[in-house]
Amino acid sequence: MPVLAVLLLAAGTYALRLAGPLLGHRLRMPDRVRELVTVAAAVLLVALAATAALTQGHGFAGWARPAGVLVAGALALRRAPFPLVVAAAASTTALLRLCGVE
Amino acid sequence: MRSSWRTLDRGTLRDIALVCLADALVGASFGAISVSGGLPAWVPVAMSVLVFAGGSQFAAVGVVLAGGGPLAGVLAGLVLNARLLPFGFAVADVLRGPWWQRLLGAHLLTDESTAFTLRHTDRERRRAAFWVCGVALFVIWNLSVLLGAAAGQAVGDTDALGLDAAFPAVLLALVLPSLADRRTGTAALLGAAIAVAATPFLPPGLPVLVALAALATAVRRPGRDGRGDRDGRTAPEPGLQEVP
Repeated sequence: MPVLAVLLLAAGTYALRLAGPLLGHRLRMPDRVRELVTVAAAVLLVALAATAALTQGHGFAGWARPAGVLVAGALALRRAPFPLVVAAAASTTALLRLCGVE
Repeated sequence: MRSSWRTLDRGTLRDIALVCLADALVGASFGAISVSGGLPAWVPVAMSVLVFAGGSQFAAVGVVLAGGGPLAGVLAGLVLNARLLPFGFAVADVLRGPWWQRLLGAHLLTDESTAFTLRHTDRERRRAAFWVCGVALFVIWNLSVLLGAAAGQAVGDTDALGLDAAFPAVLLALVLPSLADRRTGTAALLGAAIAVAATPFLPPGLPVLVALAALATAVRRPGRDGRGDRDGRTAPEPGLQEVP
């Protein structure tokens, strides 16, 4: 991650933040665009979670990692506390690898 | 700041503290995951100070660690942060004031500070909620990322510890509440399927962006065809929720 990429993301993010307070009274975002933006964020996060869980390079990541993420997902659905969710993912995957499951 | 403390009720302050605590864990995970993935420690630390938006930090680093170019990472991060634009409109009133306050305050705009501001109607309380939450979160977020990065460096073989499963787990926990909205859920599932299916064929980093094609299912029809939103239900505002 080069410095330029970090700065670019930072500048873009700050511009998005500042636009509201700066233009708040002269510009309104249509509700439909607003909704689409929130859905886009969810789509992107889930796609990222899915690819990070299932794939490695161009191939399958093996069973241990998705199994850990599945356990985490089940716990999150049951509203388990955040640290528990993350710890469960890591320990499930680690245990499976210890047992020889890749 | 001292008058802000007095303006806010005990319940709000407690809730802000709880959110900070939860975010500290996310921040620590971010630091640890970035460093154990092979990035130098300054990357997560600099990102947290300058970008200060958890989801997009994870997204950008995730894309880069998966082998996608930095540009794809930046793009993914910016798409995620586009929601900050409507948030800015929603809380613009609390940021009126001297220019330096406006510039500084804008950087503190997050899901959390917006949520706490919108809870109040009284102008003074809205201001206080925004600034207390924003400043507290900024300090705690950056400290926790620093600690996480330090811990990540101390750990040797991260795959044996299953840390590679922690990253998707964090993302999943962050996004799950917003999937309760059906349209969002459908689009997200479809997007995930597209991204995974495209992974063998596209350069790293791109599949996640291609997933956005699933947005087509979420575009609301004008309703002239008699379908769409004529059922009279109004969907709850979908959105990324703050961690617990």
